[in-house]
Amino acid sequence: MAAFPQTRTSVVRELRSRDPEVYRRAFDGLVAAYWKPVYFHLRLRWDIPHADAQDLTQEFFLRLLEKRYLDRYDPARSRFRTFLRLCLDRFIANQKKTSTRLKRGGNTVPLSLDFAGADQEVGVVASEYTDPETRFHREWVRSLFALAVEDLRRRCEETDKTTHFALFQRYDLETPDSGPVSYQSLAQAFDLPVSQVTNHLAWVRREFRRLLLERLRHLCGSEREFRAEAKELLGVEVT
Amino acid sequence: MNRLPDRTVEHLRRVSEWPDLSGTRYTLEELIGQGGMGWVFRAADRELSREVALKVLRTGASDQDSMARLRREARVLARLEHPGIVSVHDVGTLADGRVFYTMKLVRGVRLDQETDDRSLPDRLRLFLRICETVAFAHAHGVIHRDVKPGNIMVGPYGEVLVMDWGIAKLREEPESPPPRLDSESQAAPDEIFIGQTVEGTILGTPGYMAPEQAKGQVGLIDARTDVYALGAILRYLVTGFDPTRPGAAPARKPPPPLAAVVERAQALDPARRYSSALELADEVARFLDARPVLAYREGPLERARRLGAKYQAAILLILAYLAMRLLVMVTREL
Repeated sequence: MAAFPQTRTSVVRELRSRDPEVYRRAFDGLVAAYWKPVYFHLRLRWDIPHADAQDLTQEFFLRLLEKRYLDRYDPARSRFRTFLRLCLDRFIANQKKTSTRLKRGGNTVPLSLDFAGADQEVGVVASEYTDPETRFHREWVRSLFALAVEDLRRRCEETDKTTHFALFQRYDLETPDSGPVSYQSLAQAFDLPVSQVTNHLAWVRREFRRLLLERLRHLCGSEREFRAEAKELLGVEVT
Repeated sequence: MNRLPDRTVEHLRRVSEWPDLSGTRYTLEELIGQGGMGWVFRAADRELSREVALKVLRTGASDQDSMARLRREARVLARLEHPGIVSVHDVGTLADGRVFYTMKLVRGVRLDQETDDRSLPDRLRLFLRICETVAFAHAHGVIHRDVKPGNIMVGPYGEVLVMDWGIAKLREEPESPPPRLDSESQAAPDEIFIGQTVEGTILGTPGYMAPEQAKGQVGLIDARTDVYALGAILRYLVTGFDPTRPGAAPARKPPPPLAAVVERAQALDPARRYSSALELADEVARFLDARPVLAYREGPLERARRLGAKYQAAILLILAYLAMRLLVMVTREL
């Protein structure tokens, strides 16, 4: 999992950095947010079997950097996620053109990603969305939220606020079909006054929102794109 | 981490939008209502140790027009001190610039969600209280413009509160342009906010909107516009018919005098309606007291039946007295 982004710099800019630490962080952040949308896109849009899709997902990210595809990205022309999906489609089309059979990555360094878990989700993803663009976008949003949750978990651990996160997990993450549990029952379960439960939840949600926006800013090609994505994703005007 | 289900993503998206009340004296508790533009939360007022309702704009709807509208709504409520109108405690601005106001937390059930187990006289008495509240607002120069069962709260003891004064018109105030209707404003499906100019502006709920309101003839809107909506509420209370529910049909046949009252309250021409909410209330009170309703011309049989119902107790007493006298006479004869 990628480290929590420390700055507000765009991933695109960071991938051009000569500082290996900045570069590694940017690469990790990019892969963490996009590997699942890329993998599902290969499985469902291009009908590529699991093993090939797994290799091609990894190869795609490495090629993206080796061939410096991101240098061609122009924030004025498209959103970064759209650009990335187009790069992916071009990458697969080229693979198909040069070989009757898709080549699987040769000397690629395997990335530590849960492809087996993703393979089990393919059926669910296929049943949820049929349009490839919508699917890519929705899976990207899901990855973004999942990353922000992980950032939040880490932040709570670092700041000795594990109870805050546990409350968030019970109230906001484990939402049953019948709706969230009551504050009263949470207060009983955690042996806290109700007012403290709501205070903790207010803090943790505020932090979640901040981390989500931080992740989003990192994954956008420009400030303008970030503002547009934030408005679309959360309905917020960010300054 | 396990795959986040769509509903969790949606929930997180929503809660991350919830207002940050740090810097205020309130603590957020739970979402208790939402509309096209804003949310209403139950919140704790730490200074006064009491619960309040806190209304705040959604982040996607926090443009200048909407914020001005929310402030205006708070001002309208503040000038209407009446038991049937929720009182405003405070208006403020959150750290992110969103306007909010707090008001008395109302505990009750929306009229459109109430179980239908009240008797007709009880339902009519509720209606009288709604009319009195709306009439009070009219007397203070405020036209509600969105009177409907969904905006009426009924308390456990039958107390009535008229809610959501967000599109109210102040008599002396020039009409301000309404908020835009676009994909981001996410207006509730039963609310319409259309138009940018004074004339042609449509605000209200189809089925409860008077024709002049539906046509956007803002200059023609007055107390009789609310009388039309009150007529629709009376019809709802008497027949169970709610025009906003798809496929709705009347569940009960109304007594003819009440049907005539509804018809007059909902006349297409404002001049043919009751001139005020109190006049309408007076007609309904007449029906409750078994007095003749002015909007309805009754036949001799109906008149006899009404008078029979009205003087039932006296008639029974007289009949009992006569029967006793007869019994005494017959006993003496024997």
